[in-house]
Amino acid sequence: MTRAASMSAVLVVLLGLAAGCANVKPYQRGTLADYTMRADRDPLADSLHEHVYFTREAAAGGRGVGGGGCGCN
Amino acid sequence: MNTSLRKLLVLAFALAAGTNLAFGQWRAGDRLPDPAAFGLAGRLPNLSGQVVLVDFWASWCAPCKASFPALDDLQKKYAPRGFTVLAVSVDDDAGDMARFLETHPVSFPAAHDAGQKYVAAAGVEAMPSSFLVDRAGTIRFVHVGFHPESTPAELAGEIESLLGAEAAP
Repeated sequence: MTRAASMSAVLVVLLGLAAGCANVKPYQRGTLADYTMRADRDPLADSLHEHVYFTREAAAGGRGVGGGGCGCN
Repeated sequence: MNTSLRKLLVLAFALAAGTNLAFGQWRAGDRLPDPAAFGLAGRLPNLSGQVVLVDFWASWCAPCKASFPALDDLQKKYAPRGFTVLAVSVDDDAGDMARFLETHPVSFPAAHDAGQKYVAAAGVEAMPSSFLVDRAGTIRFVHVGFHPESTPAELAGEIESLLGAEAAP
């Protein structure tokens, strides 16, 4: 493959990547603003995940909850 | 890399970047494009000779929801003197707009920008955005976002100043 051909291939790949960057305009964010997109939409699931997290990581209180970090609760 | 390939590379990236930067907001001093020309659905008031606040909002936008009582107060206070709010919904679904207006009734007219053509022409940079237009149809003030502690007072002062001005011949 010649140098020009290889550079053209690189150009095509880079252009594809650049064109893939979509700019979501402020008025197009209805789906992103939907309730189901919220990470904290289910308090019960949150508390369960939190319990698993701090137990596994031995980091009770690591996310702002009071505790000594012993991981024993 | 030879010169022509380098030029091509620069051109390609300029084009790719340009597709993402095609953003141009209406500015103070611009003429307000006629909303009737953009196929808005709903009750469009007669804007001729009126001071108009064109407000782009959506049912999913929390600050828009917060702004509605303040806009309603402005409508009630200044409508007798020749002012109106034109609330342009950019919801994908007209049903979302209708449901929102049922639960948050307002006295000003609302229209639906179904194809988001009018809002795209406005090039809004945040939701909500509003454009205050004088009696001659020229945009005089632009508000990006809604700040409960300051925006209503600013709008009231600006509306007062425009209502006090002579009607355009």
